[in-house]
Amino acid sequence: MEISAREGWTVLHGMLFGAAFLLAFAGGLAGLYSLRPEWITLEGLQERMARLKIGMWTMALVAWATVITGTFIVYPWYRARPPEGTTDLSAFPRYLLLASESTAEWHRFGMEWKEHVAWIAPIAATVVAYAVTYYGPVLAKKPNERRAIMIFFVAAFVTAAIAGIFGAFINKIAPIR
Amino acid sequence: MMDRATEQDKPNGPVAAALLAGGIGAAAMGVVTTLAAASESFAQSLAWIPAVGPLTGKSLVSTIVFFLAWLVLHFRFRGKEVNFNQIVTISLVLLVIGLLGTFPPFFELFAGE
Repeated sequence: MEISAREGWTVLHGMLFGAAFLLAFAGGLAGLYSLRPEWITLEGLQERMARLKIGMWTMALVAWATVITGTFIVYPWYRARPPEGTTDLSAFPRYLLLASESTAEWHRFGMEWKEHVAWIAPIAATVVAYAVTYYGPVLAKKPNERRAIMIFFVAAFVTAAIAGIFGAFINKIAPIR
Repeated sequence: MMDRATEQDKPNGPVAAALLAGGIGAAAMGVVTTLAAASESFAQSLAWIPAVGPLTGKSLVSTIVFFLAWLVLHFRFRGKEVNFNQIVTISLVLLVIGLLGTFPPFFELFAGE
């Protein structure tokens, strides 16, 4: 039952932060979608808004934590260049993937997409958290604003999901150890 | 009831500013990523932390652009009622630019040098 520091950071980045964000999405979307005055009482609205604000800010913070740990802690281990003459590339995931045509696309397409698109998630999630906090219960009476906020929320989820799915596959094929 | 009335009157400017800044931040990531693909020298100029490579500059530039744009737009739109649909349309176009610019088959079209 041992785990290296690198594996620990990878788990923290992907399984704790990343997965928590993706799992929280369904609850957040349901909360935003059902925020309609005809569906809930005033008391229900106030109780739901408090939960929604906390949930949205938590998601935004988790999204930032995910991209920061991923980019500045885990990614350098992924892209580390092997010393000249290295034949065992298992400790150098990027070069291990590129060494074979059958796995190279996981880097060229998967990792290249993941590492860039992921940064849109915390930006979009922060916008959503701010908008929910700013309007509060009044958001229930503003369908236009709610729709725009939901589009940004879905964008945050989709970009995080792309990053999460490719991250899981790449770490399966060329794990960081 | 007073609180509700006050909240009902909240101008949409601050939220429009946040949405537009979000679009600008996303678009910045797309544009910087595409420019880095087009120019190796530009990409290397973004490698502020050698171990992280050009992703350092790409991620930090887009984050800084997002927060700076938000700050500027917030003070510009604060307390104002703006054309929300127009701002949302522009924000979504910018968001799409961000998504497109970070999609490898797109930015590799510009791969040069």
